[in-house]
Amino acid sequence: MAADTLILALLGLPLLASALVLVLRDKPNLRDGQALLIGLITAACAIELYGRPAGDTLFILSLADGLDISFTPEPLGKLFALVAGVLWPVATLYTVGYMRGAGEQNHTRFMFFYAIAIHAAMGIALSGNLLTLFVFYEILTFSTYPLVTHKGTPEAMRAGRIYLGILVASSVILLLFGVIGIWVLTGTLDFAAGGILAGHIDPFYVPLLLALFAFGIGKAALMPLHRWLPAAMVAPTPVSALLHAVAVVKAGVFTVLKVAVYVFGIDFLRETGSSDWLVWLASFSILAASIVAMSKTNLKARLAYSTISQLGYIVLGAALATSLAASGAALHIAAHAAGKITLFFCAGAIYVAHHLTDIKQMNGLGRVMPVTFTAFALGALSIIGVPPLAGAWSKIMLMGGALDNGHLLVLAVLMISSLLNLVYLGEIVLRGFFAKPSHGLKSEAVQEAPLTMVLPLCLTALMSLALFFAIDMFILDFGG
Amino acid sequence: MMQHLPILQVLLPLLGAPLAALLRHRDMAWGLALLLTGAAFLISIILFSQQQMTGETLVYDLGGWPAPIGIVYVIDAASALVLPVISGIAFVATIAARRLVEAEIDARDHALFYAAWLLTIAGMLGQVTTGDAFNIFVFLEISSLSAYALVAMGAGRDRRALPAAFNYLILGTVGATFYVIGLGLLYMLTGTLNLVDLSDRLADVQSTRAAFTALAFIALGLFLKMALFPLHFWLVPAYAHAPSAVSALMAATATKVSVYVLIRLVFGVFGIDFPGLADAVGLLVLTLGIAGAFVGTLAAILETDLKKLFAQSSIAQLGYMAIGIGAMSATGLAAAFIHLFNHALMKGALFLAIGAIAAQVGRAGMGTIQGAGRQIPLTMTAILVGGLALIGVPLTAGFISKLYLVRALLEQDFWLLAALTFISSALALAYVWKIIETAWLKERPKGAPVLVETPVHYVPAWLMVIATIGFGIFASPLVDAAYAAAHVFIGGAR
Repeated sequence: MAADTLILALLGLPLLASALVLVLRDKPNLRDGQALLIGLITAACAIELYGRPAGDTLFILSLADGLDISFTPEPLGKLFALVAGVLWPVATLYTVGYMRGAGEQNHTRFMFFYAIAIHAAMGIALSGNLLTLFVFYEILTFSTYPLVTHKGTPEAMRAGRIYLGILVASSVILLLFGVIGIWVLTGTLDFAAGGILAGHIDPFYVPLLLALFAFGIGKAALMPLHRWLPAAMVAPTPVSALLHAVAVVKAGVFTVLKVAVYVFGIDFLRETGSSDWLVWLASFSILAASIVAMSKTNLKARLAYSTISQLGYIVLGAALATSLAASGAALHIAAHAAGKITLFFCAGAIYVAHHLTDIKQMNGLGRVMPVTFTAFALGALSIIGVPPLAGAWSKIMLMGGALDNGHLLVLAVLMISSLLNLVYLGEIVLRGFFAKPSHGLKSEAVQEAPLTMVLPLCLTALMSLALFFAIDMFILDFGG
Repeated sequence: MMQHLPILQVLLPLLGAPLAALLRHRDMAWGLALLLTGAAFLISIILFSQQQMTGETLVYDLGGWPAPIGIVYVIDAASALVLPVISGIAFVATIAARRLVEAEIDARDHALFYAAWLLTIAGMLGQVTTGDAFNIFVFLEISSLSAYALVAMGAGRDRRALPAAFNYLILGTVGATFYVIGLGLLYMLTGTLNLVDLSDRLADVQSTRAAFTALAFIALGLFLKMALFPLHFWLVPAYAHAPSAVSALMAATATKVSVYVLIRLVFGVFGIDFPGLADAVGLLVLTLGIAGAFVGTLAAILETDLKKLFAQSSIAQLGYMAIGIGAMSATGLAAAFIHLFNHALMKGALFLAIGAIAAQVGRAGMGTIQGAGRQIPLTMTAILVGGLALIGVPLTAGFISKLYLVRALLEQDFWLLAALTFISSALALAYVWKIIETAWLKERPKGAPVLVETPVHYVPAWLMVIATIGFGIFASPLVDAAYAAAHVFIGGAR
């Protein structure tokens, strides 16, 4: 298969799945089965594409002169496509189990928009220019809105309004401003290795332009634009997994990284010192979100703030603007995806099996759900950055990048953050396995969630482990 | 035959109007209107493609008298672009009008309605085609007078249509008077009314106070007719209380024609180098434009009646067109033309869809459409797409408008203004989302009237929706045509 065919497959298969979901809406098993099957094919295509050398640009259509929809499989984009593509079938399997186990309504609508969101994520990943990226970025926002408000309660509606308000407003006010600014300044919107901005702008204005992107990409949840993420916790857990691990926030930080590498150019950023301010803001976001996470006792809320903190790592990697830090950030997209999706899968499994959401009620639960809690422990350790789990590598590379750039304080930030992670994620594991039971369950017998949920969370936990050993394949070289 | 096309497309609806009144029978009058607007649309498409292919300006000498003695009709890149907008919307609105008019207007007035309908369309097409400044005034009055009558016909259902029409008449007349005073000054200075001739002779007297006064009068009169903030107060009640078909036609076309005439007069006659034009008029239009964008958007957010809501949004959208004009550059004018075109499509879709609801229940308010998403999905989807296009969501026509508008501002280093434009367009999300939430996410209240949709309800709106999306994806021809239109008035690179 040619690389072009693979790109079209990655974009088209999720659309096909969403169409079939509608067609098969009266046959639930067939409807969910085809989504799973197409998911697996998508994953295979993503893996196949990842193994290919960087390909040529695939041109789709031109809106107007200089405004093209086109796709370029560059290393960073292929990595994100891989993450989204591989996690999609796993998440689909889990979704089927959760939606049935938790008795949620409107499965068809849910599956439909889930697949559209994956389509949008693929579009973002493989986009060949800023316009294409922006178009799919907005499709992702609007397609995930019905998922966030899925429950239809007043609380869900309010969350949906915050979600849409922050994401749309930031993107159409700031991000689009940045995009058109680049268009006017450079006359092009195409991504290019080494960036396209050098020589087109007075270095004095570069930090401002960078700010348009850093804050315009609301999906990256950089403080103070993070409010939508905890608000969206009201959605069913598979959505949280989608938001946190597969598509939405990953699309955000991916966009930040892609813009830093292929529009600004990391050398240009470093030489002009334009991203120094972002280093400190990202550091603040990392620490502040961790501290907030400690104060949350609702499991999903704590995980949400943990995500905000972890996203800070990736923005930090882009802002440090060294090759090593950027590769570390790229790796962290994959590492955090595998880790955080495990944690959310576990949170959903706990809810479906025992209807528990508060951490304080989970004392001793590890003995009732040993598989789930073991997977949780693995995911947590990866997020904290303990070998032999994937998160260890990305953290080491970020530290190396900080050293390269002489940001010694950032080293301290990363270490303190690891400690904070240990405290707020470790607490859950410790309560689960070692605390005196307080969950009010009658029996101490093992009682796990349905297999369709346990299997995915084991798979993703193992991914965290496998990623550590297969690290060679995931280190991207950005030069410079 | 072919060489008579420029006059024919104005003449057909103009002569059809008395015929429609004489026919007396409502279906025959409607059929005639449909036939003639369809013919006008066809002709304007032919003229457009002819002009695009040759790139030349078609000049038609009325009665065989060449300019500057006689009146000429001119098809250049600018008028060729605007004509299909007017006649196309008129055609689609006429398709929809039959059912809407049946529901809203007393049966014995139908023939008269279509007579006035054809007159106002003829007037608008005439303003765009003619190359004579006084002829513009004549057509402006033809289209306005018949529009006042059309708005007043809403009185059968909604008595507030009468004061709305009266206000519209008073202010419309004031606007037209300002225009004709300015014209008088120009005639006094130059002794001609032909636009090309005017432009030539004005060069000798352009630093006189009289010439500047003429510019001020003409611009002010047209500001009023195009409902530029703060001269917009006539528009909202007129659109809201008019019969639904009239709201759709006028919201999509009436103010656009005035925008076109403003560009034609200011840039085609006075010219970009006219002393004080770029500074005084440019700055004024920019300021009023952005202020209108905010005022219109905020007023729309507070509004609960859908027709009023989208009428307020029109104020904002006209503000954007004004900003494009105020940028005083080729890209700016191109952006104004692009948005003129795109906004006609979006507002056409919105008002036709709202009309389909209003014709059933009398008034399309938030209460009426609550939970209507499942009952009339096609109609509500048309409103959804139109609303998203107003915000400027990618893959809709509104996105293309915004790209070029902001590009024009950034090229001139108007960074702050670009930021304000973004903010005001983001605010549009608030009123669009209010509608989407009400229609799709809330349950339909018990005892609410059952809304229905049949092809006559949604097909016209959907024609516009398809165009809105189509021109959002395949924008190239429009962008090229808009730049060609802009280059009629201002030179400069893409």
